[in-house]
Amino acid sequence: MSDHQINAGFMPLFDSAVLIVAGELGLARAEGVDLRLHRETSWANIRDRIAIGHFDVAHMLGPMPVACNLGLSPISSDTIVPFSMGLGGNCVSVSNAVWTGMVAHGAPGGVDPMAAGKALKRFIDERAAKGLPPLRFAVTHPHSGHNYELRYWLRGSGTDPRRDVEIVIVPPPFMADALAAGRIDGYCVGEPWNSVTVVKGTGRIATVKAAIWKNSPEKVLGVRKAFAEREGAALSALLRALHRAARWCQEPANRNDLAELMALPGYLAMPAALQMPMLTGHLDLGGEIVDVDDFYLPFDKAANFPWKSHALWFYSQMVRWGDVAHSRGNAEIALGTYRPDLYREALKPLGTALPGANSKVEGALTQATPVGSTGASLVLGPDGFFDGKVFDPDALEAYLADSAVDDEISRF
Amino acid sequence: MSTGPALKILVIDENRIRASIIEAGLRDAGHHDVTLLPDVSGIAARIETLQPDVIVVDLENPNRDMLESMFQLTRAVKRPIAMFVDRSDSASIEAAIEAGVSAYVVDGLRKERVKPVIEMAIIRFNAYSRMARELEEARGELESRKVVDRAKGILMTSRGMSESEAYQLLRKTAMNQNRKLVDVAQGLVTAADLLGKGGI
Repeated sequence: MSDHQINAGFMPLFDSAVLIVAGELGLARAEGVDLRLHRETSWANIRDRIAIGHFDVAHMLGPMPVACNLGLSPISSDTIVPFSMGLGGNCVSVSNAVWTGMVAHGAPGGVDPMAAGKALKRFIDERAAKGLPPLRFAVTHPHSGHNYELRYWLRGSGTDPRRDVEIVIVPPPFMADALAAGRIDGYCVGEPWNSVTVVKGTGRIATVKAAIWKNSPEKVLGVRKAFAEREGAALSALLRALHRAARWCQEPANRNDLAELMALPGYLAMPAALQMPMLTGHLDLGGEIVDVDDFYLPFDKAANFPWKSHALWFYSQMVRWGDVAHSRGNAEIALGTYRPDLYREALKPLGTALPGANSKVEGALTQATPVGSTGASLVLGPDGFFDGKVFDPDALEAYLADSAVDDEISRF
Repeated sequence: MSTGPALKILVIDENRIRASIIEAGLRDAGHHDVTLLPDVSGIAARIETLQPDVIVVDLENPNRDMLESMFQLTRAVKRPIAMFVDRSDSASIEAAIEAGVSAYVVDGLRKERVKPVIEMAIIRFNAYSRMARELEEARGELESRKVVDRAKGILMTSRGMSESEAYQLLRKTAMNQNRKLVDVAQGLVTAADLLGKGGI
């Protein structure tokens, strides 16, 4: 088989692992793909290089391709998502001062989002009553799972993210330093950037993505649409290699090797030991050790399936926070960005378990549930939101109206 | 050519040498209102004071996502800022990204006023890259010469050779082994260091 050369951009974050393993372990090569990995320094660079064709595919934030196709980015190009890089992996960390304030207002410890969020809200109210400035939280990018899950958590536990706090952008490697220096009071970012703060003793993990929205989408493989149309066979081959890489990453027996690989200077350039909480869900929150179920899933629970309901939920949050005005056309653009059809087509020859539908009601599964699927068996969920709400992609308007009313009420 | 008030240009680049090269180019082209910022601490306040028309940012800057979001969202910038000036001008966008530079331009500026600024930034970025590459090569050459000199010194001391005999031996060995002269010399120096005969 002749080799397809594919140029792939990635950010030095743990969830680029699936892409890196596909290259480093020869899985791409076995599918006839000459995978060239390029480390980048910002999501903006990834977006630009996809736009001008330097990269064919890239490790991207889940909402980024949706934002790109909606024309919300300074440079946009048609980008599609035929593969998800995994579920979960993020935490919300706060400074020691904020944690002390939260404890004074009843934060019980652990990672329960509602309990932590309500304590934070009471602390925020106390500060406001004293005339202190709003707390400042950081996320990695406006169009990121981090931004939307932080806002969802704050709003769902009583805090208005538009009025009660300030949200700024800080690159992941600078988060821990910014917190330690007091430039920010908290942040939402992927591991290991939360454990870094815990190890330094400058803050505490307040809650985790895997509890705010269980088994929720994070990074994806963004693909230049023109490339997908021109090189369909090459893309399919790459998706099969990524599928095998993801399965390898999920295997507990490979955790040490994976952590060692990601620790290399060309990737994360951080000690392997720091990568382990991501893989085990065994987290030191800051003096309290917990085991979080499904903290980060690179493969299990159909983690690689690009659910259209995930794309549409991201879109619903863009509408909610004023990034874009809702219209049927815009919703269609969001839905068309995620391409489960390409995932199915690529994996069909492997006889892999595939979900029966392209979309699901998010938050409907309260426990792990075997689902009807083609081929082998498949388990999904739980996929609940911490506030008990449900996102039915067929009832988008009602969901938008519900949160709009809720957000309006919070102004009083 | 359209005229108007002088363009205010802000260059954000951690690489001070490159920033100076860009600044010099812009001044030569008649732009005298150029500000250089090497880092992004307190950037929002600086932008609020400066009110730049064009902001040039190098692509290596890890704060690009933060800067872009600030340009789009904060009140620090009074008018909306778009990346480059003309989205349809894909050739110049590509040239800029290849050179490693991005430019953000406030709304309402005519593209013929801004394009020369961006073109100048591209030219200067490319010139800097070329210069850095040449410097790297020169540095490599100097290092090679030092290694060869040390290898010659080792041979002169240990074998009692003249400088030219030592050089001939190194050259002959390199030719016989089909290796580079500097690699043979490096091998000898490393071996001598390991055997405690270094420092000659």
